[in-house]
Amino acid sequence: MQDSFSATQSEPAALDVNNVAFRYGKKNALTGLSMHISPGELVMILGPNGAGKTTLFSLICGLFSPSTGTISISGHPLLNNRSKALAPLGIVFQSQTLDLDLSVSQNLFYFCELHGIPRKLAKQRIEIALKRMDLHSRADDKVRALNGGHRRRVEIIRSTLHEPSVLLLDEPTVGLDIPTRAELLEYVRDLPETHGCAVLWATHLIDEIRSTDRVALLHDGRKHHDGIAQQLVNENGATDLPELMRMSGLPA
Amino acid sequence: MNQYQRYLSCFIGIVKRELLRFVHQRERFLAALVRPMLWLVVFSAGFRAALGLSIIPPYQTYISYEVYIVPGLIGMIQLFNGMQSSLSMVYDQEMGSMRVLLTAPFSRWYLLLCKLLAGVLVSIMQIATFLLMARVVDIDFAYSGILYALPVILLTGLMLGSLGLLISSVVKQLENFAGVMNFVIFPMFFLSSALYPIWKMRESSDLLARICEFNPFTHAIEAIRFAFYGQFNTLSVAVVLTCTVVFFSVACWSYDPARRFRAGRTASA
Repeated sequence: MQDSFSATQSEPAALDVNNVAFRYGKKNALTGLSMHISPGELVMILGPNGAGKTTLFSLICGLFSPSTGTISISGHPLLNNRSKALAPLGIVFQSQTLDLDLSVSQNLFYFCELHGIPRKLAKQRIEIALKRMDLHSRADDKVRALNGGHRRRVEIIRSTLHEPSVLLLDEPTVGLDIPTRAELLEYVRDLPETHGCAVLWATHLIDEIRSTDRVALLHDGRKHHDGIAQQLVNENGATDLPELMRMSGLPA
Repeated sequence: MNQYQRYLSCFIGIVKRELLRFVHQRERFLAALVRPMLWLVVFSAGFRAALGLSIIPPYQTYISYEVYIVPGLIGMIQLFNGMQSSLSMVYDQEMGSMRVLLTAPFSRWYLLLCKLLAGVLVSIMQIATFLLMARVVDIDFAYSGILYALPVILLTGLMLGSLGLLISSVVKQLENFAGVMNFVIFPMFFLSSALYPIWKMRESSDLLARICEFNPFTHAIEAIRFAFYGQFNTLSVAVVLTCTVVFFSVACWSYDPARRFRAGRTASA
């Protein structure tokens, strides 16, 4: 098990997950998971359904508390300093979380108010982000009237309005057509550079991962590999990522 | 923004969302207005003939039945609104928007308190509209007491909202709300002094009258009734205050992330 990226670097972590475990009743959902993510880094969490990706994200955003271990976001421990730890965190959940009865802009302003962004600044950021995502003409439409791809774009816009230093995306492309998937992925890939935030992208789709990406393989609540995709493949004598997954007992 | 402004911004955001949702859901808006008026105009017309009222505190003279049930109907608006908020929180949990709220960078108790206060403000708007409509149909009661009653109405709203919050932390699916209607709303409403004085209930059953006396909803209504006549019902206000603290504390405990999964919740939060 390679763990060269775990909590050994001296640089202050954007996200530090340290030996975290979590159980649903008697079932172990995560076991001894550690992960150190530097500012501006993009990490792909790859694993099949039930690997523990959503549980990990629920722990990072404080919806659940770990049975053991600690989580710090931008140096703030989640357990002791919840408010400061959550402030720099942006999240796109796997299932949709927009209010269908409110318009696109009402949903976005609501989020800005929850995060204490002044109205004028919020308006400015929302306008820029909607234009960038080609959604400015839909600002006053109710979310109910948007298709799945547009809803996802609104959720991604929302998750970046407070300029987070860590962005979590839990399988954000599930159920979307291929062009929309590619478009969203490209947009998010640019975020570390344009916004300077660390991105944690969970997926079970191998084609979303590039050979130069840092990838963490998750299966049965354990991290099996963590490193640059191509290096992991070479170091383990595999020909490609699917073969590495098969070698590790993961469904590819 | 300093820290206090951020707290205020969060509160305003939650209140605005509640108001927008209330206005957008026209059926809910209409039902909230029609329900108490139906009781005031139709139900009381039939009940007045069957029920004789004696002079009981805080009243100092004979009053009409319509005047008697106004505090009860105010309580009913708050009870239904509390349950509606609860229903909406379960809906938010199922739809996922609750996660957006619970991951905001504030203490969980503060976020729940904001949500609670937002629901109470919506209920106060409904009550104001109801009192105006009652005036239109010539219901003559102590309008001067509204100012006295306002803080009490805020408190009773908090108690019933906290109960709703508590229920939303226990009920996992919208389908289970039929049970809440049958086992919470109806017993609370009918086993109270909302529609008939407790002494009248005692004439038919001493046991039921005793249950009415222990019902926190009875105390909510009596606190409002006395406040309308510029009087302070210490016992009722104390009961309402205690219940508010207990319901809200248990709800916060129940929404605590460390115990939610133990209660069988999934990642839907």
